[in-house]
Amino acid sequence: MPDGRKTFDDYDQADHPDSPVVRFGPDAALRLESGAVLESWQIAYQAYGVLNADKSNAILVCHALTGDQHVANENPVTRKPGWWPLMVGPGKPLDTNRFFVLCPNVLAGCMGTTGPASMNPATGRPWGIDFPMVTIADMVEAHMRLVDHLGIHRLFCIIGGSMGGMQVLQLASSYPDRVFSAIPLATAARLSAQNIAFDEVGRQAVMADPDWRGGRYLEQGTRPSKGLAVARMEAHITYLSEAALHRRFGRQFKEHNHPDFSFDAEFQIESYLRHQGVSFVERFDANSYLYITRAMDYFDLAAAHGGLSKAFHKTPTRFLVISFTSDWLFPTSDSRVLVRALNAGGASVGFVEVESDRGHDAFLLNEPVMFKAVQGFIDANAQMKGIA
Amino acid sequence: MILLSPSFESDATSRLDFLAIVRMVEQGARVLDVGCGDGELLALLRDLRGIDGRGIELTRSGVNACLAKGLAVIQGDADTDLEHYPDNGFDYVILSQTLQATRNPKTVLEHMLRIGSHAVVTFPNFGHWRVRFDLLIRGRMPVTESLPDNWYDTPNIHYCTIRDFVALCNELGAEMEQALAMSSTGNPLRLLAPWWFWNLFGAQGIFLLRRGRA
Repeated sequence: MPDGRKTFDDYDQADHPDSPVVRFGPDAALRLESGAVLESWQIAYQAYGVLNADKSNAILVCHALTGDQHVANENPVTRKPGWWPLMVGPGKPLDTNRFFVLCPNVLAGCMGTTGPASMNPATGRPWGIDFPMVTIADMVEAHMRLVDHLGIHRLFCIIGGSMGGMQVLQLASSYPDRVFSAIPLATAARLSAQNIAFDEVGRQAVMADPDWRGGRYLEQGTRPSKGLAVARMEAHITYLSEAALHRRFGRQFKEHNHPDFSFDAEFQIESYLRHQGVSFVERFDANSYLYITRAMDYFDLAAAHGGLSKAFHKTPTRFLVISFTSDWLFPTSDSRVLVRALNAGGASVGFVEVESDRGHDAFLLNEPVMFKAVQGFIDANAQMKGIA
Repeated sequence: MILLSPSFESDATSRLDFLAIVRMVEQGARVLDVGCGDGELLALLRDLRGIDGRGIELTRSGVNACLAKGLAVIQGDADTDLEHYPDNGFDYVILSQTLQATRNPKTVLEHMLRIGSHAVVTFPNFGHWRVRFDLLIRGRMPVTESLPDNWYDTPNIHYCTIRDFVALCNELGAEMEQALAMSSTGNPLRLLAPWWFWNLFGAQGIFLLRRGRA
């Protein structure tokens, strides 16, 4: 990098992650929805707690677009705490003293599960944009290969927010008999046109950066850092809310109380967004961002089944659906569509819209009502399953 | 007539109408409680009858309380959400003290009879003598134990009497499997009392209905 900053690939997480990894060869090739086949691939994951003797206490956490498997431990790249410490840990709603909590990195990710930054075994070079397009269903197939590998037949619970929630819905729909309970948070059964539009702006920002080099930047020693940072800045706005932004930043200037009449980051909000953009580039691969946003765009569970209620017809899985009042990226109306389809399919479902002004990111933050609901749901289900 | 004998059941709640409903519901049934409040009745039915329970509740505070108890309750509205439930999905659909607060009680009752093989409905009786007294003698909208709110802040928009409700059941072709009325102190009225007696002295009506055989 010209300014000497590190980017994610300087840490070599894509091929050699700082977490357990399972490697599959041609005898366990992964056939993707597009028809492409990954002959050799790997999946990286983190696990917390102990799997009990009958392997009935496993919880699968599905991470969101820019998340990773490091839910509750220090992130090896950023050296910051995991992304969901309030939800996962000893004595937390997903109590690692009781449950075996598992979180895989998604397919097309850049933290150790095969993706565009991984080495293509056929060429000995990074996949780049030769990597096949993946879908949410493909991510879920990869997760289930890991679950099979660990000898777990039935997951006690699957949980995730945003794109993690999409994986939860896909998995519950594809494997109803292997999921006892499911918690989709701040999500939807399909991505809206508005969200596809936001994704497209992000991708165009990356691809407009001359350092993207047609997707071959890893081989050519450049990084589309500016493009990816802009994509992150744009996306980050959609994760917050007008009220939260105003409360935190208002119209405050960074240094003094008058304009400097420049295009520097004069307002605090500008400075904050630029920081978000720059720090994201350090830990994420630009091509991964393109692939994963595309996977979200394609997600439409209703279209895949000829009606959303058919995707969950007579499912034995117990659902808890949670949305947030100020989430305009995955608004409550999306969750209501889901809840009605689950009811029509005869599913057991709890649903609450949590009052919060923190926007889409609320599911990652300290929202006591969400924790109480998750805790109540987990405890009641654990009692039914006889998990101590 | 349900005799409320002292038992572990009556230790579990102070709501005598809830106890009457618990007695109506069979062990292990699938139950939908429409307007389930903080989930007290659903939790009672789960603990005493081992039901597979679901609920719908309008208020966020009620839903929060239910979910914290591990109950499968959705934030929703009887008037708009019942239509999304499939036919015969439940053994019992319960509407306790909520009928009079719905926008379209007749449609709600029709949906209940469609969704459940049984419907349980409890409601405050607007024909109770205290109500009649308030209107007839005092010329004021009644405020009683069963109808505690003033006219300007009550959620109740469709009052009915026990006889009105019976007429609606007949109109919908619903069969009454059990009917009882409770006095304002929560005691059940005599089984063989005539309708006019129930309608005058029953503070609440409690009905177990079944869809009529068409």
